[in-house]
This record gives sequence, C-alpha cells and structure tokens, in this order.
Amino acid sequence: MASLAGSAAALLSGCAGQYPQSTLDPASGFGSQLSDLFGTIFWWAVVVFVVVEAVLVYAVIRYRARPGQEGKPKPVHGHTALEIAWTLAPAVILLFIAVPTISTIFRVDGTPESGALEVEVVGHQWWWEFKYPEYGIITANELHVPVGRPLALSMTSVDVIHSFWVPRLGGKRDVIQGRTTRLALTPDSVGMYLGQCAEFCGESHANMRTRVFVDSEADFDAWVARQLTPAPPVDSLEGLVRQGAEAFTKIRDPANYSCLICHKVEPIAFGAIGPNLTHVGGRTTIAGGTIPNTPEGLRRWLRNPPGEKPGDLPGRSMPKVDLTDEEIEALVAFLQSLN
Amino acid sequence: MPAVTSAKRSGVWSWITTTDHKRIGILYGVTAFIFFLMGGVEALIIRAQLAAPNNTLVDAETYNQLFTMHGTTMVFLAIMPLSAAFFNYMIPLQIGARDVAFPRLNAFSYWVFLFGGLFLSSSFLFGAAPNGGWFGYANLTSRAYSPGLNIDFWVLGLQVLGIASIAAGINFIVTIVNLRAPGMTLMRMPVFTWMSLVTQFIVVTAFPVITVALIFLMFDRFFGTNFYNVAAGGDLLLWQHLFWLFGHPEVYILILPTMGMVSEVLPTFSRKPLFGYAVVVYSGVLIGVMGWGVWSHHMFATGLGPVADSVFSATTMLIAIPTGVKIFNWIATMWGGRLELKTPMLFAIGFIAMFIIGGLSGVMHSSPPSDLQQTDTYFVVAHIHYVLVGGAIMGIMSGIYYWWPKMFGKVLNEGMGKAHWLFMVIGINLSFFPMHFIGLLGMPRRIYTYDTQLGLDTMNLVSTIGAFILGGSFLIFLYNVWWTRKNGLQAGNDPWGGATLEWAVSSPPPEYNFSVTPRVSSRLPLWTANGLNEIPEVPPEPVHVPGGTYWPILTAAGILALAVGAIMHSLWIVLGGAGFMVLCVYRWAFEPFEV
Repeated sequence: MASLAGSAAALLSGCAGQYPQSTLDPASGFGSQLSDLFGTIFWWAVVVFVVVEAVLVYAVIRYRARPGQEGKPKPVHGHTALEIAWTLAPAVILLFIAVPTISTIFRVDGTPESGALEVEVVGHQWWWEFKYPEYGIITANELHVPVGRPLALSMTSVDVIHSFWVPRLGGKRDVIQGRTTRLALTPDSVGMYLGQCAEFCGESHANMRTRVFVDSEADFDAWVARQLTPAPPVDSLEGLVRQGAEAFTKIRDPANYSCLICHKVEPIAFGAIGPNLTHVGGRTTIAGGTIPNTPEGLRRWLRNPPGEKPGDLPGRSMPKVDLTDEEIEALVAFLQSLN
Repeated sequence: MPAVTSAKRSGVWSWITTTDHKRIGILYGVTAFIFFLMGGVEALIIRAQLAAPNNTLVDAETYNQLFTMHGTTMVFLAIMPLSAAFFNYMIPLQIGARDVAFPRLNAFSYWVFLFGGLFLSSSFLFGAAPNGGWFGYANLTSRAYSPGLNIDFWVLGLQVLGIASIAAGINFIVTIVNLRAPGMTLMRMPVFTWMSLVTQFIVVTAFPVITVALIFLMFDRFFGTNFYNVAAGGDLLLWQHLFWLFGHPEVYILILPTMGMVSEVLPTFSRKPLFGYAVVVYSGVLIGVMGWGVWSHHMFATGLGPVADSVFSATTMLIAIPTGVKIFNWIATMWGGRLELKTPMLFAIGFIAMFIIGGLSGVMHSSPPSDLQQTDTYFVVAHIHYVLVGGAIMGIMSGIYYWWPKMFGKVLNEGMGKAHWLFMVIGINLSFFPMHFIGLLGMPRRIYTYDTQLGLDTMNLVSTIGAFILGGSFLIFLYNVWWTRKNGLQAGNDPWGGATLEWAVSSPPPEYNFSVTPRVSSRLPLWTANGLNEIPEVPPEPVHVPGGTYWPILTAAGILALAVGAIMHSLWIVLGGAGFMVLCVYRWAFEPFEV
C-alpha cells in the first residue's frame, strides 16, 4: 500500500511523460483546473482512507478474541454524541470538496473565450472530422491548433454517441447526434497530444483515435496555407502518381467500391461519406489514427480495411476492394503526394 | 407428533413444484452462482485479452459481447439473485413467519428469473450475445446501428427479468410488513430484513422505469417507432435519463442487502450488539431515498450545463454521509468487542475495507470537473468493481459462510474459507487497484485493444494476474462446498451464537420453520433473557404445509414464449404464449386451496 501511495504521489506531481494520455500532466488551463481539483479531492480521500482503514485495522487487532478471556463484552448499543460527530465530520470534509467543485464547474462550462479559434468536431463511426469555418478547412482525425490561442470546439455526431477526449488538453465531452456540445480550452505548450473516443460507439470503438498538434503560430499558419492549396489536376500528374489518381477516380462495380464515392480530393473527387483526403499526405496516421501514414501502412490498409478496423457499416465503412498490387502501389504514391 | 405435509420432499418434481421459501432460496442461490461463474469466465477472457497490448485472443465483436454480457450477467443474473437467495431463505426465518406472503408468486419469480437468464445467455449459442454495453446507450442500440439479434436478446431478456424482480419485490414487502411474529416491531427487525425491505421498495419503484425505457427501445426496434430516433425528433439523452434513473437506485439494490448481511455478521462475531441500530436502519432508508436524486452524475460528460451539474454533484456528495455513518457504526460495533475472526467475519471486515475505497473513488466522481477525466475510463471500472466485488460480492460471501450451516446443516471448512478470503482480497486489490492508475493515465473502458505507446502494458498485465487470482479463489470455495458435504462439522441450531430468530430452529430448519408461533420481546431475542418463547423441537399440534403447484412454472413458461416469439418475429408464438400465460394464471387463481 505504501508503494502504491508513493506512486500516486509521483503521478500527481506530474512525472507522467511516458504516459501520453495522462490526465495528470495537463497542457491546457482547462486540463490544469481539472487535475488541480482532482488533486484536492485526492488528498482528502487519502486522509479519510488512511484514518478509517487504520481505525478498522486497529479495532481488528486490538479487540480480536484471545484464548482465556472470560465474561462477555460490554453490550454498548450506541452513542448519540458520536453519531452526531461522525455525521458532521464527513459533511465538513465534503464542504471542502464541494466549494472548489462548484466554482470549477462554472469556470469550465465550455463557454468560449473571445477571439477563440472555432472548430466544429463531427463524430463518425469510427473517425473524427474537424471543420474550421474561419478558414474553410475540413480535415480528419488530426487536429492542428495554434499554441496560446483559445480554442472553442462545438461538437456533434452523425451517427451514434461518441466522446471527444484528449486527456492532456482536458476533460472529455460527449458528442451526440441532434445536440451540439462544447469544449473550451487554451493549449499552453507546443506538442502532439493523443486522444481517443471515450464513449462506446460500436465494434471499432477502440480504433477511433485522434491526435491534436499544438503548433507554434508560424507552423500553424504554414499548415493552414497548405490545407488551402487544392491538389493538382490529374492532367498535370505523371507516372505512378497519375496512375494512382486514375485508380482513385475509377468507377468500380459495385459503385460504392469507387474511392471517389466516399472521399473528397479537391478538385477531382467530391465524396462526403469518408474522411476528406485532399491533404492526407500531410497526416501522420490513417484509419482513425491507428495506422502510421507510411507506404507500408497505406498498403496494409488498402489491402483489407475491415481487417484493420473491424466493423461492417453498410454504405459507410470502407469495404474490402479487390485492388491489384499495381493499383495499390499507384494509390499509395498518389495518396502520399497529397500534401 | 410429526408435521402433516402433503408434498413429497424429494425428487426433481418436488423441486419444480415447490413453494417452500427455503427451497426457492436454494434454487435462486445455485442458479445465480452458476451465472456468477459464467460472468466470471467472461471477465477472465476480457482480462486475458487485455494482458498485452494489441492482443488478438478475441476479436472486437467477441470482446464487445463479452463485456456487455459480463456486466449484464453480474448485475441481473448474479448479484441480484444471490441476494434474492437470502431474501427467500432468511427473511421468513428472521421475522418468525411460516413462509413468504405469496409462496406461489415466489416460485413464479424464480422460474421467470431462470427463464429470463437462460434466454439472455442462449444468445451466445447464436453468436449474437448483446454487444451494446450493460447500459445499452441509445442510439447505438437502434436497429439502424445494431441490426442483429444481439440487442433483441438484451431488450427482451431484461424485460423478462424485470417481471421476476417486481413480483418478488411486492412479495417481500407484503411479507415483511404483514407476517412478522408477535412482538417483532419494525424497530426490532434484524438489519438484514430492514435493508431487504428498503431494497424491495427500490426494486418496485425503479424497475418500472427501466421497463418503460426498454419498451420504448423494443417498439423502436420491432415496430419502427421513433423514441430514440434523432431524425424524427427523438432525444438520445432520454434513454440515459431513464436508464440511470433506474440504474443508480439499482446500485443500492445491489449493495443494501449486503450491508444488511454485514450488519448481522459483525455483531455476532463481535459478541456485541450492533452499534447504533436505529442510525444504521435510518441511514439505509435515507440511502434508498437519496439514491433517487443522483442519477445524472452518470451523465456529467453529456454537457447538462453548470446548474444541473452542481445540483447532482451536491446530492451525490450528500449520499456519502449516510454511507460513511454506516461504516463508522460497523467499526464501533467491533470496538470493545471480542472479535471471533471466523470466515464470515473476515469477509465482513474485508467488505468494509474494500467498500471504503469504492466509496472514496465515488466521491471523486461526484465532482463533475474531476469526473470529466474519469468517466468512461478504467478509473470508473476500478470504482464499480471495488463497490460490487469488494463490496457486494464480499458481503454476499460473508452471508454465504454465515448462513451456510443454517441452510445445509454443516459448517464450511474454516481453513479453506480463510484461504478463499485471502486470495480474494489479494485478487481484488491486484486486479482493481491498478485500474485507478490505468484510467487516470488515459485508458478508456470498453476497448478491445490498446497501443503500447500508452505505457500501460505492465499495469494491465498486473491487473490480469490479479483477476486470475480472484477467479481462482472461487475454486477453493467450490472445493470447500464439495468437501463439506461429506466432512463438514454438524452445525446444530446456532453454530455462531447468533442473536436472531433463524438461529432458534434446527439446521436446516423444518419445512414449517417454527413449531409454534414465536413471540419476540427483544431486538436480539436469543441474546436476551426471556427474549423468545420456547420453540419446541417437535410441533405440539399438526402443522399444515401446502403442497406443490406447477402453475407458477407454467405461467413463467408462457412469458418465456412471449420473448422467444418476439425474437423470432413470430406473432403466432407470441399469441400462443400470451394465451397460455392467461390460461395458467386462471388455473393458478382457481387452484384448490388444499392439494
């Protein structure tokens, strides 16, 4: 127990660098408020735990039956003053928890700060879509935001309930069809933050991950500029990349096996069911943040998407299309070029 | 003079037609324990899958079925009916009654529970076990997102089980209110009976709520209504409000009976009356009432707004007070006593020690901002398992070791009992304590796979090892049961020196329970001089015990047919089942009084 308490203290003090989804190593004001409040409650809980368990253990040892004892223990039926005391004691401790709790509730209720970067988050089985109305950018699974600028997320779902959670940036918020929920936070350090869907959303719930890149001002501006550049027209492409673009735009049988039915690559494909791939080459992962965006990762994914991300959603999940090896190589080259 | 009994006391038929509360209690106990072992095996497969990152022991779909069935089984088919086993066996004995108020309804409850449990579990045979989580959030459970039979099994099975619970709830309320022996005022009732009474009131008020939610879902799935269809104007939070309006009282349905058991065991083995009896009783009543005002603390992440969050946070914190008061009174009961550390007592102490941890993590969840980092993570998994395994199951094991001699006439082996306890305590803490950290370090619940980059491989492996130790501890218990059948010490009427009425009769008690009507003049009749009239070994005059009846099991079969017909989309089976059920109820109602 002592070592556990020790590791708890170590965790709370923040040496959680090897835990990329730690809630105890916050990188935003929102996250810090939650972990500070948790710390307050945690230490009260530790005090209560130690005192009550110690009294319990003491009572067991002190009053255990020993051989040779005679007579009966005194039949005490109760004690009014004690009852009042141990009703009031927890009430007082709870006050020390309730007051900071309620003041924190009103500080972290999701109201955006002025000048915040608005991002619309849309939950899909099983990937995240991010829209930046300010810039007209639509991307998937990887969110880029500038450091130090308030961020306002307004979130909804097109299907089942999801929950958007990037632990180091703060608490989770459910993402519900027919409702708009909000999170407001200001990331305070540059870096990459892992998150994943926290509300069970069906077969591949475990594969619905996300990455938030908190960029410096300059990096963010450069990223925005890249996102605003359309992909080159097919005619201007050459070699394998061109073959890939043709494979991407080929109408297959059945039609929903065609890439362009679901995916968008401006200006050559305008599907809206799956992630926008216009700048997919610039992302670090594919497939709901589960597979590295490398030629090998793309090959794995294109060969058998349901094998990588289980779950059959007719008309919504990526089917297994019998692509030839040549087509796969061409598509890999094309997708890698989209940056 | 022998008692007059008109039913044969042996053979399968006598068990099928029994209306004896003691036999029904044993049926509940055995059935629930088998479901408990099933739920345990499901848990071990889950833990084996999570022993290593990116493991492929089971696939995503199987994993989702396993955790859904683990939760559903443990809540509805294991812990609730294990408590029901003791309601059945012990309440009539503790209040000095011949049987429950409605013995045939009691049999009916058991058979409906059994059929409902078999129906739900048979889904595995079709590869279509429920897969939407034990609280089955809409709209994942709608036909559009869960087209298979999985959720059909869940929505129908839970409705069947609800019938069993409500019927039993009414039966026990009437029994406890009306059938108490002369002199047993409410404030002389054993605390187990008191907590059971509170539990039954929660059952009959909370189960209709989930029944409404389930009927909405069934109508959506079978008849195309739109209760949980956003496109048609539905609101998905409706399900969550209805489910948790049931679901949080349900937590107290699971824990209050075991709080009652512990309140019996602690005084017996401390050789000292329960400290603050009235306070323990009132705090239990208060928990039962306040349990209705906290449900939205399961929904802090849905964004209900700061005012609602604050209110539900405050009510949730308040409920910690009566819970804490109970713990303090239990410790005060031991204080100054002479603690006989027999197996039931060890489990009761273990219950307190573990329940404190579960209670404290509960207080952490009561703070919405703190909860935003904990809900839907392994931290919550740790919390519910400290409450339900460290709490409810520990308490139930305390009750099993305590009352086993009363039920079967032989005392379970102490050495094996203590070994069971030791391994269970180690298993619980090794399995569930690391989950607090696994959750705080960012692992959501209900994921069949996790990446090694989360840094949680070792902690997950430790947790898995703990789960297998916990599971293994029950092999010791099973062997103990087997061993005790032949080699156990004869119990006599009162092996532990208990104070309550069940210890005044032989072990196991005769079919008629008490040879004469007990007259009680004390809260602790067996510890008080002249607390109870003489209960002779042989009844002074013949006692009539009613014979068996097969109408309850047949009526229950009619209800099963309704569920089977619905899942097969066969109107004829549904109508046949309904007609058969009505016929059986009619025959039941007009069954001759004397058989």
